[in-house]
Amino acid sequence: MKQNITSLEISIKDLTKRYGKIYALDTVSLDIKAGEFLTLLGPSGSGKTTLLMAIAGFNRPDSGSIKFANQEMILTPPHKREVGMVFQNYALFPHMSVFENIGFPLKLRKAPNDQIKEKVHDALKTVQLSDYANRKIDQLSGGQRQRVALARAFVFGPRILLMDEPLSALDKKLREQMQIELKQLHRKLGVTTVYVTHDQREALTMSDRIAVINEGKIEQLGTPKEIYNSPNSSFVADFIGESSFLQLNRKGDDLYFSSEKIITNKKLNKNKEWAMVIRPERLSIVNKSYRKNSSNIHFSGEISELVFQGETALALVKLMEGNFLSVRLSTKSSDDFNNLKTGNKIQLCMNRKDVIIIPH
Amino acid sequence: MNWLSKQASDTQITHGQRMWLYFLAAVIMFLLVFPTLIVIPMSFSDSQYLEFPPEKWSIRWYEEYWETPRWINATITSLQVAFFTMLLATPIGTMAAYGLFVSGSKLGRYVFFLLMTPMIIPVILIAIGTFYVFGKVGVVNSIPGLVLAHTVLAVPIVMIIMTSALRTYDLNQELVARSLGASRIRAFFSITLPQIKFSIIISALFAFLTSFDEVIISIFLSGGGNSTLTKQMFNALRDYIDPTIAAISTLMIILSTTLMLGAQYLGKQD
Repeated sequence: MKQNITSLEISIKDLTKRYGKIYALDTVSLDIKAGEFLTLLGPSGSGKTTLLMAIAGFNRPDSGSIKFANQEMILTPPHKREVGMVFQNYALFPHMSVFENIGFPLKLRKAPNDQIKEKVHDALKTVQLSDYANRKIDQLSGGQRQRVALARAFVFGPRILLMDEPLSALDKKLREQMQIELKQLHRKLGVTTVYVTHDQREALTMSDRIAVINEGKIEQLGTPKEIYNSPNSSFVADFIGESSFLQLNRKGDDLYFSSEKIITNKKLNKNKEWAMVIRPERLSIVNKSYRKNSSNIHFSGEISELVFQGETALALVKLMEGNFLSVRLSTKSSDDFNNLKTGNKIQLCMNRKDVIIIPH
Repeated sequence: MNWLSKQASDTQITHGQRMWLYFLAAVIMFLLVFPTLIVIPMSFSDSQYLEFPPEKWSIRWYEEYWETPRWINATITSLQVAFFTMLLATPIGTMAAYGLFVSGSKLGRYVFFLLMTPMIIPVILIAIGTFYVFGKVGVVNSIPGLVLAHTVLAVPIVMIIMTSALRTYDLNQELVARSLGASRIRAFFSITLPQIKFSIIISALFAFLTSFDEVIISIFLSGGGNSTLTKQMFNALRDYIDPTIAAISTLMIILSTTLMLGAQYLGKQD
């Protein structure tokens, strides 16, 4: 059952919001495509919720513009924006049943009773709670409440869906299950969705695009792959995924780590310091039969810590140069991990294509 | 195992070890309540004077109360004033508590304190001040004047009850309602109000009682045909001692207790 929802694009331009001397939003511009699942990712206090609330209409930015499909919204009150919203704590109405909660936006729109009934039951079916219409809110589990909040937010066919950390109150297993369900729901409804989270893994799992926000500014905007594989700052590299940083030396157009040439690039800004970001899973330990070659970069060091984490293991390696690198290892019984001990001297290699260079 | 050596709660303390606490609580409750309840037997006395215990029983003082227009008029005045005070103080106090809760402004603390002052400063000062101001305006001895003065006393009580009721209320519910298409006012009336309605009824009962039981301001501001019951009782005690007072006191205790029990009952529902 495909619901008939026309999604809208959102165009945000030079949005600024100050609280005292602090910029919660600092000339933020962002174009969200119609039907897109866009995540605002950032640490707490980064401004991501302020931005979401501005789109919903709950705070008035000091300057800038928010357009839904070329229509200026900045002065439109929240109840006229036709935006569905899901809050972190669900904010269900405890004095109403599940049915009344979901029917609330339809009732406000003066829909006839039989239509309310039909739409609420459709929505309940979509979130797999068909038998729960007459339950009271306090009889529901956390996951069920989440689904009711979701159904209430999309039942009236909003053009935009906003979610403020909707899964953060759930335990890990349920959260991961709901991430998949939300993604499926988004595909089904096709509604433009803006999702706020501080959980980078959640952002990578669910989004079409991610906007990484820090100190009121968008640090980087891109697909999960782009953000993960080519972060453009140490903040983004550090915030998303695990990473080790190695400071590089510049000689002409070449960047070196110790005596190993990492990259040659004529466009490097000569006035900046550069560093290399290394993702732990992109490193491997080489065995005795391995021959060094020019398509790989090599490091040698000593294992200073080994941590078993179940599906994988993590080794902290102290390089000869004194830096530390994290290395992700497979825990298959045939693999390295089972033969390694702390103190072992090892050689590491990684493909040059996996090199990430950032200004530092 | 007898009752004395049973555990009194989740701790290891037994009822026997708690005996002294039960005794202390009983003494305190007796000292608090007994002086109030003593008027009940006194009101059923047949004697001309207040006496305890009564030698002969009768309900003649209840008849006396019922048949004296002075008492009945005062009762009507008191009920009217209390009713209108309730009607004024409940919305004002509720709106103040709600506004301060929603705004989160730093000034809010001072506004709250300002509105609480009638509870903190001695009532006699309020009475004297109001008496002079109302004298100039010309509303002394009138029901509207009395209602206004009592509202000043009742608003802080409503505010305290409503502030604590709102403390556990999740304001995100109103945000959700607004995002779903409800105007701000609609969101308040359809989402917030139904969830705090018992507290509003409780604070209305307290506002009513605040006015109905009030003596000091009534002594200053009510008089003539608009004397309240409390003022009339005070005058009666001063001029001639008469068990009618005990009968009226008994009726007031019954009314107050009923309202309080009602408030308690509603409090459990909320």
